[in-house]
Amino acid sequence: MSGAEIFVRSLEAEGVEVVFGHPGGAVIKIYDEMARLKPRFEHVLVRHEQGGTHAAEGYAKATGKVGTVLVTSGPGATNTVTGIADAFMDSVPIVVFTGQVPTALIGGDAFQETDIIGVTRSITKHSFQVRRAADLAPTIKAAYHIARTGRPGPVVVDLPKDILMEEAVFEYPETVTLRGYRVPEEPLPEKIEQAARMIRQAKRPLLYVGGGTINGNAAELLTALARKARIPVTTTLHGLGAFPENDPLSLGMLGMHGTWYANMAVQHCDLIIAVGARFDDRVTGKLDAWAPHAKVVHLEIDPSCVSKNVYADCAVVGDVRRALERLLPLVEPKDTAAWLAQIDAWKARCPLTYRQDGKLRPQYVIRRLSERAGDNAVVTTDVGQHQMWTAQFFTFVRPRSHITSGGLGTMGFGFPAALGAAMGLRGTGATVVSINGDGGFLMNAQELRVAAKYRLPIKIAVMNNGYLGMVRQWQELFHEERYSHTDLTDTNPDFVKLAEAFGCVGLRATTPEEADAVIEAAWQVHDRPVLMEFVVPKEEMVFPMVPAGAATDDMIVQRFRDE
Amino acid sequence: MSATELNLTQQQVLRKKANGETVLPDAPETPRRHVIAVLLENHVGALNRVVNLFSARNFNLESVTVGVTEDPAVSRLTIVTSGTRRQIKQVLRLLDRLLDTLSVEDLDPDALVERELCLLRIGYTKANRAELMDIADIFRARVVDVTPETMTFEVTGPAAKVNAFVGMMRPHGIVEMARSGRVAMRRALAYGD
Ligand SMILES: Cc1ncc(C[n+]2csc(CCOP(=O)(O)OP(=O)(O)O)c2C)c(N)n1
Repeated sequence: MSGAEIFVRSLEAEGVEVVFGHPGGAVIKIYDEMARLKPRFEHVLVRHEQGGTHAAEGYAKATGKVGTVLVTSGPGATNTVTGIADAFMDSVPIVVFTGQVPTALIGGDAFQETDIIGVTRSITKHSFQVRRAADLAPTIKAAYHIARTGRPGPVVVDLPKDILMEEAVFEYPETVTLRGYRVPEEPLPEKIEQAARMIRQAKRPLLYVGGGTINGNAAELLTALARKARIPVTTTLHGLGAFPENDPLSLGMLGMHGTWYANMAVQHCDLIIAVGARFDDRVTGKLDAWAPHAKVVHLEIDPSCVSKNVYADCAVVGDVRRALERLLPLVEPKDTAAWLAQIDAWKARCPLTYRQDGKLRPQYVIRRLSERAGDNAVVTTDVGQHQMWTAQFFTFVRPRSHITSGGLGTMGFGFPAALGAAMGLRGTGATVVSINGDGGFLMNAQELRVAAKYRLPIKIAVMNNGYLGMVRQWQELFHEERYSHTDLTDTNPDFVKLAEAFGCVGLRATTPEEADAVIEAAWQVHDRPVLMEFVVPKEEMVFPMVPAGAATDDMIVQRFRDE
Repeated sequence: MSATELNLTQQQVLRKKANGETVLPDAPETPRRHVIAVLLENHVGALNRVVNLFSARNFNLESVTVGVTEDPAVSRLTIVTSGTRRQIKQVLRLLDRLLDTLSVEDLDPDALVERELCLLRIGYTKANRAELMDIADIFRARVVDVTPETMTFEVTGPAAKVNAFVGMMRPHGIVEMARSGRVAMRRALAYGD
C-alpha cells in the first residue's frame, strides 16, 4: 500500500482518536487517503496550525494521552513551532507530523521547503525524518513511545512527499527498540529508605509538588502520603490539582504569585520533599535565599532536573509513581501539630483577598466560576494576570483539572487548549472552562468556530481589562507608570459580536450582579461555546508578589490604590 | 568574609559546597577542562543534536572529533569542554538525555590516552632548514609535503606536546595550520592500579 495509507493505518493501530490538522500540498496524499479510507480517528480541521498544536496539548493534558498534529511543509510546519516549544517546556506529549518536499528536492530551496527538523532541534524531545515508506510504521510507533514515556515531550516526524506515494508493506510493530533511550523507572531502594528516614527526622516537612506528579499519574499516591504523614502541601502552577485544595493541608501555589503562607512555609521548613518539580525560577526567586533551613528530597524522573538549581540531599531518580508507592509504607504518621498550627497562623494572618467594593473584580468572577463549575471542571487559562488569579482563586481538587502554559508562557494557548481538552473529554461529563485575557484571547480566537462546529459547550471567560494587564502591572510597579503600548482599548473588538459571528453565544457583564446572571445563563447552554466578557477595572493587580530576583519571603503582600 | 558574615545558614553552606561552588561569592570555582567521550548512533542529524546542545544550553565547546567505531552503526565523539563541576555534571546529564547517545563518559584526566594530530606548513630557507629538522626530530614529527619554499610537518601526541611543537615552530613563520582536535579513550589499566 502507499506510504500515505500506511500513515493512516499506523495512526489507527496506535489508537489515535483525534488529529488536529490542516492540509497543504505536501500532505495532500494523506488527506486523500483519509477521504478514501474513512479512518477510525477524527480529523479536526483547525483554522491555524498554532491553534492545532495547542489543541493537541490541551487534549494531551486533559486525557493523559498523546496529542496528534498533522500539517503541511514550510509555513504549515513553522506555524507549529510555538506549540512545540510550549510542549517542550511543559513536558506535554504530542506528535507533530509535518509534510516535507520530496527527498530529491530537500536542501534545494524548493517551494514551501523548511528544514523543520533543524528549526525545532532544541525544542523537541526527539525528531525523525522518514526516508523510506517501509520506515513509516516503525517510526510512528517510536514517535508515540518517545512522546509518552519518561519525561514526556513533543516529537516531530517529517514526511517527505515522495515517501507518501511510495509503496511498501504495512506492518505495525509491537515493540520499539531504541538503544540510546533509557527510561529511568525503578528508583533505588536505598534512596527510598534514605528519603523515608529524612521524612521521619524532619520536624517541619513540606511537600513541594510539580506537574511531574500529574504527568506520572501519581496524584492519588501523593495525596495519600501527605495525609498519612500529615505533611502540608504546596504546588507549582502545573502541580495545581495534584492535591485537593479544599484539604486543610493545602497551601495552594508557591512562588512569585503564590500564597504568602506557602512561601513562608518554604522559608521555615526543615525538609522539602519535591515531587515531579524542577525548582523553576518563578518558584525559587533568588536562589541563594530559597528554603534556607531545608534539606531536600527530590523525586524526579528526569536526571537532568536533579540538583540543577537546588542541590538534592536525597535524589530519588525514577518513575515518581513507583517512588511514592515504595515510600508510602515506610512513612509513619508524624506529629506535625506544632508546624501545622504555625501554618494556620500564617494563613489567618495573610489570606488571599481582593477588594469587594461593588465593582466587578476579576477575582470575584473566578471564585464564582469555580463555585458554579464544581468538581468536574477542567480549566484552561491563557497567560497573564487572569492566569495567576485563576491559580489563586479557583479551587482545584482533581489532577488534570488545570491546563495552562507555564514554562513558555504562551499567549494564545488557553482557548485552543480548551478546544483540544473538550474534544478529548466528550462524553465524560466534564465542564471545560477557558479563562483568558483580552490580549491573549485574540491571538487564537479563530478556533471559536471549530468549537462551535463540534457543538462543544466550552465556557469561555474573557477578562476584559482593556490592557495587556500583566505587562501593565510591571510598568506600574517597576517602570514608573509609563504604560508603553499596553492599552488595547482602541484595538479590541466587540467580544460579544465576535462570539456571535463565530456561531457562539456572546454575553457581557460589567457588575457583580450581571456576572452572576451571565454565568448562570452560560451554564444553561449545552450545544455550543459561550463567550462571557467580563469588563473589569484595568488597575487591578496580582498580589501577593515576589519581585523578580527577590527572596521568596520578601513579598509585596497587597497594595490598594485609589482608582 | 566568612560564611556566617554572609548570613548563610548551615544548610545553605552545605548545599553550595555539595554543588561544587565555593561559598564566598567573590571566589567562584574556576572552570576546568574536561574530555568527554560519547558513543553515538550513527544516524543523520545525531551529531547536530550534540553540537546544538552546547550552544542552546550555553556551554562552552572547545573541540569535537567524530569517527566511526568498531561497530559501523556507532560513532565516537571526543568532546573537549570546560566548566565548573556543576556545569559539567549538567552537560553530562543533558548529553545522556539525548536519544542518540549510547554512552557518555567524563574521562578522568589521570587515566586517559589522548592524541591530537596537527599539520603545520612552515616557510623555510637554507638558513633555518636544519634547525626545523632538529625540532621535528625532537618531537618525532614527520615531513609529509615539501616545496622549495615550504615544508609541511605532521605531529601527533597529547595536546600539550602539539602545543609545544607549534610554539617552537611559530618563530619560523607558520603558513598554515590544521589541528584535528583530540581523540581520547579511558586507559584499560589506570596508572597505579
Ligand atoms: C505570545 C506572547 N507575547 C507576549 C507575551 C508577554 N506577555 C505576558 S503577559 C502579557 C499580557 C497579557 O495580557 P492579557 O492577555 O490581556 O491578559 P491579562 O494579563 O490582562 O490578564 C504579555 C503581553 C507572552 N507571554 N506571549
